[in-house]
This record gives sequence, structure tokens and C-alpha cells, in this order.
Amino acid sequence: MAESAFKFVTATPLLLALIKILIVFAVVSGIVAYLVYMERKVLAFMQARLGPMRVGPWGLLQPVADGLKLLLKEDIIPAGADEWLFLLAPAISIFAAFTVFAAIPFAGNFFVTDINIGLLFILGVSSLGIYGIILGGWSSNSHYPLLGALRSAAQLVSYEVAAGMALVGVLLISNSLSMVDIVNRQFGMGVWNVFLQPLAFIIYLIAAVAETNRNPFDLPEAESELTAGFHTEYSGFRFALYFMAEYTNMVVVSCIAVTLFLGGWLRPFANFAALDFLKFTPIVAFLGAAVFVLWLGLKSSIALDRYFFMVLAAGCVVLAILVAYPPVLSAIQGIFWFGAKVLAFLYAFIWYRATFPRYRYDQLMDVGCRWMIPLALANLIVTAVGRYFWLSHHVATTVTWLGR
Amino acid sequence: MPEATFLDANELVINMGPQHPATHGVLRVKLRLDGERVLGTECIIGYLHRGVEKIAENRTYAQFTPYVDRMDYCAAVTNGMGYVEAVEKLLGVEIPPRAQYTRMILAELQRIASHLIWLGTHALDIGAMTPVFYTFREREEVLKIFEEYCGARLTTHAFRIGGLQYDLYDGFERNVVKFCDYFLPKIDEYEQLLTKNRIWIRRTRNIGILSAEDAIALGVTGPVLRGSGVKWDIRKAQPYEAYDKVEFDVPVGEHGDTYDRYLVRMAEMRQSVRIIRQCVERLGPGPIFGKVGKVIKPPAGEVYHSIEAPKGELGYYVVSDGTVNPYRVRVRPPSLLNLQALDKMARGHLIADVVAIIGTIDIVLGEVDR
Repeated sequence: MAESAFKFVTATPLLLALIKILIVFAVVSGIVAYLVYMERKVLAFMQARLGPMRVGPWGLLQPVADGLKLLLKEDIIPAGADEWLFLLAPAISIFAAFTVFAAIPFAGNFFVTDINIGLLFILGVSSLGIYGIILGGWSSNSHYPLLGALRSAAQLVSYEVAAGMALVGVLLISNSLSMVDIVNRQFGMGVWNVFLQPLAFIIYLIAAVAETNRNPFDLPEAESELTAGFHTEYSGFRFALYFMAEYTNMVVVSCIAVTLFLGGWLRPFANFAALDFLKFTPIVAFLGAAVFVLWLGLKSSIALDRYFFMVLAAGCVVLAILVAYPPVLSAIQGIFWFGAKVLAFLYAFIWYRATFPRYRYDQLMDVGCRWMIPLALANLIVTAVGRYFWLSHHVATTVTWLGR
Repeated sequence: MPEATFLDANELVINMGPQHPATHGVLRVKLRLDGERVLGTECIIGYLHRGVEKIAENRTYAQFTPYVDRMDYCAAVTNGMGYVEAVEKLLGVEIPPRAQYTRMILAELQRIASHLIWLGTHALDIGAMTPVFYTFREREEVLKIFEEYCGARLTTHAFRIGGLQYDLYDGFERNVVKFCDYFLPKIDEYEQLLTKNRIWIRRTRNIGILSAEDAIALGVTGPVLRGSGVKWDIRKAQPYEAYDKVEFDVPVGEHGDTYDRYLVRMAEMRQSVRIIRQCVERLGPGPIFGKVGKVIKPPAGEVYHSIEAPKGELGYYVVSDGTVNPYRVRVRPPSLLNLQALDKMARGHLIADVVAIIGTIDIVLGEVDR
């Protein structure tokens, strides 16, 4: 019975795709919800405080509570707002943020689709998200959202250019726009793109922070200046959509950076058989998580929390045993490394927020237009020239041409 | 009145406040904008007006002391100190040295606490969200000392006309010295986060420049004046209590911009620690109360007394008609006068700078509106 169902699914591409989409959507939504929790916890840890502690053990149910609260709130449409656009705008943002995941390879064997213009598709769709911000700010019929929307429009446009040009360097090396091919190419070369394109990586990193409106580039929603920026007039779940879109975008840019620069689902030193023991890292990671959770539990003075953490630790141990089973271990390798790298990026995002003051609007444009774009251009030219000479037959042609 | 705007774009008038995260209370600033550039500002104050000066006329001298704490609620100790000193001047009372040094220790601790609030909120306005948690952690230690001394943390009512409310508790000196040792490295920690941070420098350098002449003409005092390079500190210029007996420097800025004012306040915190250490050393045993009658009834006359509050010159003008109630009490709040410099500083900058400038002036609306 189960076997025939499996056969049916694998034989029906549409159904398979649908299931994959559902899995990705559910997992990403969960990750986004807990990313907010993670941000609050990490910020708290860096700022000598505790963060959410009340809803569930260690505030673990906080995202659920927040979501419910926002769902139950009144959906206010301000007087004089352009009603249709006002309602549509958050949907555009969240749609653009989630659609991107269709083309991201989470592992060599797990992605929704691999289109040959994957990167172009990702950049195109994620740029659409800005319409949500501009329209939302404009249709609110209010000063602060309008200013926030204008800011983000200018910011997105100028940083999109820098980011795009930084990525072209990678494309030149990879010879492909398909995300899967880009990773495979890094495997083939035996080196991650970040080492071949360090400047492009840094430029993309900075532009990515700017594109997701995160500190130190969080001008469109600078709360001390524009109260809440473009979403000042939004309430209830429409606000939550904007909020989720922002965090989803963080995951998106992290995924792109990992895929393009850090070898996607490849483990470090994937070509060195001598370092094959690295494949046991998932087991160690889960055991480490178990120890950490157990330590948290023993520290807690609340009996219920202690039990909960013990159960959680036991769960981690069970997971560790499960992944120790060789077929499972090899199956989750890709997902594990991809997830770990993305997590590192997200942590960095939060870290920036705890550390940096905010750029001023004109300084942000200054950095973007006077530094990032020229640097990205220079990088592009150097890469292109290097690439030209890299291909031996080009070298041969050049030599013949010179000798003529 | 309206200046020519870029491309003849329409002027945008924006209301910042009274409910706005960066206006530190209930300040309302009307901004005239060309895009994001500020063409002019207009402060609308009075949302927190409680008629403190009028209340004074219906209270006895002693009864009025708690009220002054509630003007600058971030620096209640210095507020109370200014008032009791003014009345003491009117009475012509000498204060015993133990009381003087205690007052100075508490006042300097209060200066540190007030500057910590300024630093945290100023950084928060500019987008650095972490310093505020660090500064409040250290401020908590100051408040603990206040609490142990007089039972209150915020509106302390620590002094009485003629001396102190209570004698010091056992271990006060130890706690204060412990705080000094603990606090100095923390200042370095803040500076590590901000002083050489490129973004911080770009956000504060050359922002809200106030020349020395303008500062004097506008009647600006305190760190804002000193940031403009004017070496004017009432603790040095017209010493009160025992400030002429302790050694400390008056830090001044050069350019009069937001960054200089930041540096001045950071240096002032270090100087406060220095003053506190000297005061603790000189804190000998002795009486804590001067010769003041049970009923405070100053002779008819008037007096103006000002002290260096954390935010600038805090002056009290007290008129006595010979009864138990003051005939008139007029307060010269530093925040109100410093706020007048906002328009001068903000013109031609961007909205984001207005927020930085409001932060650098360090206003407390309770004091502006009284």
C-alpha cells in the first residue's frame, strides 16, 4: 500500500512538486517564526538580559503567541488610504519572499525545481518585494510611511545594482545561472567561490544587509526617526506579513550567499577523502545540542522547565542515534551543512544589529553608489579578464595573436 | 519666511511628537522639510506642565523640596541640591563638611546616572541598540546606592535644608568606592562600542554644530556649551559646597558638534569618578546638620543660586517675604534653555540628524515644562 502510494507520487511530477512546495513552505515558515525568537534570544544574550522567558519554557512558544495575537487583532485601514493597494501591498512582499525558495537547492537531492536561469529568477522575484514596501508606504496616506517607502525604494535600487554586479563575478566563474550547477561547479573546482571572489562576497554581504533593511541599513523602518517607517499604519496580520517578509528575506539572502559563495550543501573540504570524518559532524552537533539543553534544564529552577528540557535533550539524543544510521547520515549531509551555513549567516545578521549604529540616509547612498558599485564593477572587470586568460584556448589564441 | 526649496517642491510639514520614540518624552517638534532636509523646526512644549513654581508659593520651604525632584526626574539629587542650597543661602546657614561631601558624592553619582541615560538613549536614537542596556546596568548600581541611603531610587529627596535627611549607612564609602572601581572599565567598554566606530563618527561629526558665540548668545549651558569649546563649569566658576577643595578638570570640545559633546560627557563621567574618590577620602565623622530652626522662616529678601546640574546650569531664584512660604520660586532649567539651540543646530540637516541633535542636547521634558 505504502509502496504503491510512493510510486504514484514519484510518477506524478506535479504531485511531487506540490508536496515539495508544501514541505518547503512549512519548514521555511517555521524557521522564520523561530528566527524571530532566535533574534530576540541572541540579542538578549549580547545585551545582558534574558529575552522572552514567559511563554513556554524559555519562551519557546513566544512565536506562536505573537502570531496568534496578531491574527486576532483588528485589521485597520486608515481613512483616506488607497484601500486596494493597502490590502495588496503586504501580500506582494510576502509572496516575493516565499516564491524565491522555489529555486534554492537545499541539498543536492532536495530542491523544488532547478531552472537553468535560477539565479536570474531569484533576483527578479526578490526585487518584486520592494513593490510591497513602496505601495504599502504610499497607499497609507501618511507622512512617515511615505518617507519610509521613498527611502527603501532608493536604497533597494542602489544596492540591488551592487549586489547584482557582485554576483555576476560568480556567474563568470561558474558558467551557469542554475543554482545546482553553481554548487556542483564549486565541487568540481574543489574550492568555494568565496576564495575566488572575496571582494564580491563582501560586497554581496553588505548589499544583502541593505536589501533586507537590517541594521545598520534599517532606514526604511528607523523607529527613532520614522516611528515604524513604511508599515506605521499597518496593524494585525498585515503587519505580521511585512514582518515575516523581512525575516524571510533574511533567510533568502543567506541562502543565496551560501549557495553562490560558500558551496551550498557541500561540506567543508568536500574533495578531500582524508577529511571524510567530517561527515559525522551532524551526530556531534545533535549530541552537543543535547548536552546544552540538558545544562539549560539543570540550571532552571522551575520543575516543569526541567522536565521539558530533559525531554528535549532526550529528543536530541534520539536524533543523534537516528542520524548515526549510515543511510540517514548520508541523506541528511546536504541539508545539514546548508542549514548550518545559513544559520551562521543569520547569526551574523543579528550580531550586526546588536553592534552597529544606523547609517544616515545620504551616507547610505554614498556608501552604495560611491564605493560598492565601483568596487563591484572593478571586481567584475578583473574577473572577466582573469576568466578570459584562464581558459587555455584563449591563452593560446592570445599568444598566436600576439605573435602574429 | 519660506525659503526657496529644491526644484520648488512642496514643503512638507511633519509633526515629530508628542508621541514619538525619539523625542524623549512629550516634546513636539514641528519640522518643515524639503524631502528629508530640514528647513526649520519649531518646538512646542508644555505637555508636561505641572505648575511646580506656583505650587511652591503654597508650600513651606521644607514642604517644597520633594517637588523639585520631579522636575528633572533623571537627576533628582542635583535638583534637590540646588533648591536646598538656595534656601540655605537665603537663611545664611553654614553646612558641616560631612554633609557637604556627602552631597557632592551623591550629586556626582547622579551626574553619572544622568549621563548614562543620555548615552543609552542617544545611541539608541542613532540606531545602536546595545549601549542602552549596558548603561542601564551600570545606572542600576548607582540607584542601588541611592536606595540604600534614602530608600528612593528616582525621586530621592535626599537632602534637607541645612544638611542631610539621614546620616550615611554603614558601608556607604565601601559601596561608593566599589562602584568607582567597577564603573571606570565600563566607560572604556562604551567607548569601544562607539568612540571609534566609523558609523557613529559619521553620524555625529559635523552634525548640529554650535559655535561658541551662538552657544553663549542662546544661553546654552552644561556639556552642550562645553562641547562648543567654552570652558564654563559652575563648579569651577562659582564653587558651591566644597567643589573648590577637590581637583578635577573641565573637559571641553573643539568643534561644537555632536561628537564633541559626546566626548565631553564621556570625559565628565571620568571626572565625576575622580571627584567622588576625593570626597570619599575626605568624608570624616561629624555633624550632618547646620543650625537651622524647626520652622524655616528666612528673612525677607531674594537670592539666586545656581549649580552645575548634569544638563547645565540649574538656577533657583527664591524670593522670601519673611513668612514660612516662599513668595516666589523661579527655576532656570538647563534643558529648556539648551533646547532653544535646536533650531540653530538642526537647520539644513536631515531628519535623522534632528533625532541625533535632540539626543545630544539631553533634554528631560519634566524639567522643560515644569
